[in-house]
Amino acid sequence: MIEFVRNVRLWFAPAQVRKDGDTPDYRFSLANERTFLAWLRTALALIGGGFAVDQFLPDLRWGWRVGLALALLAAGVLCSLRAVNHWVRCERAMRRGEDLPVSRFPAVLSLVVAIVALAMVVVVLVGWEG
Amino acid sequence: MGGVNAPAARRQDPDRDPGLQPERTRLAWRRTTLSATASTVLAVKTALHGGASAPGLVACALCCVLWLGFLSIAHRRIRALSATATPAAFEPRRATAAVLCTMALAVCGAALVL
Repeated sequence: MIEFVRNVRLWFAPAQVRKDGDTPDYRFSLANERTFLAWLRTALALIGGGFAVDQFLPDLRWGWRVGLALALLAAGVLCSLRAVNHWVRCERAMRRGEDLPVSRFPAVLSLVVAIVALAMVVVVLVGWEG
Repeated sequence: MGGVNAPAARRQDPDRDPGLQPERTRLAWRRTTLSATASTVLAVKTALHGGASAPGLVACALCCVLWLGFLSIAHRRIRALSATATPAAFEPRRATAAVLCTMALAVCGAALVL
């Protein structure tokens, strides 16, 4: 948790990242930036999915619809937070010449998406029957 | 394809990166802007669903402002990437700003859905 707070401080303080170690090859920084953008797109897609559930499944019961939409929106928020946090950690690791940070987040996100997809299947089947 | 073109590019301009890293990053920003646009359109549809009410219009305006914020970050970065052959690293403050725009859109969405 303390590590996370330290990272949050880095999000807003570019000079502090630059103080650490040496500037890596610009191509590594650009690759890191593209990874960040890919995660941000994933977050935006999850948020878009949340809106889509709300808009395009009007026959669902209110609880299910709002629950699914909120779950997708929350996943989007987590994903975007993780995007910037992982980007800062990678950037710092590259400057210090350390190994890149490992992360459980992709596995967690895959599980969440799988669970939401299963829930959608159940909801759509039940919704059609009712 | 890049492999075929790379030697020619190197002959033309010694500073040019044969891996086209700045161009790829520029296109990644374009894709991300497109994703943001799609999400914003869905958000506006949700906000104006069932007629234009005052809270709906406020949420709609807020989403548009967030989209413009994201667009300006992307536009600045794209210009920085095309300006030089070896662009400087992305600034954390900008990354945080882009993420805050995304998160604010999600919070807006949560308020609209509830």
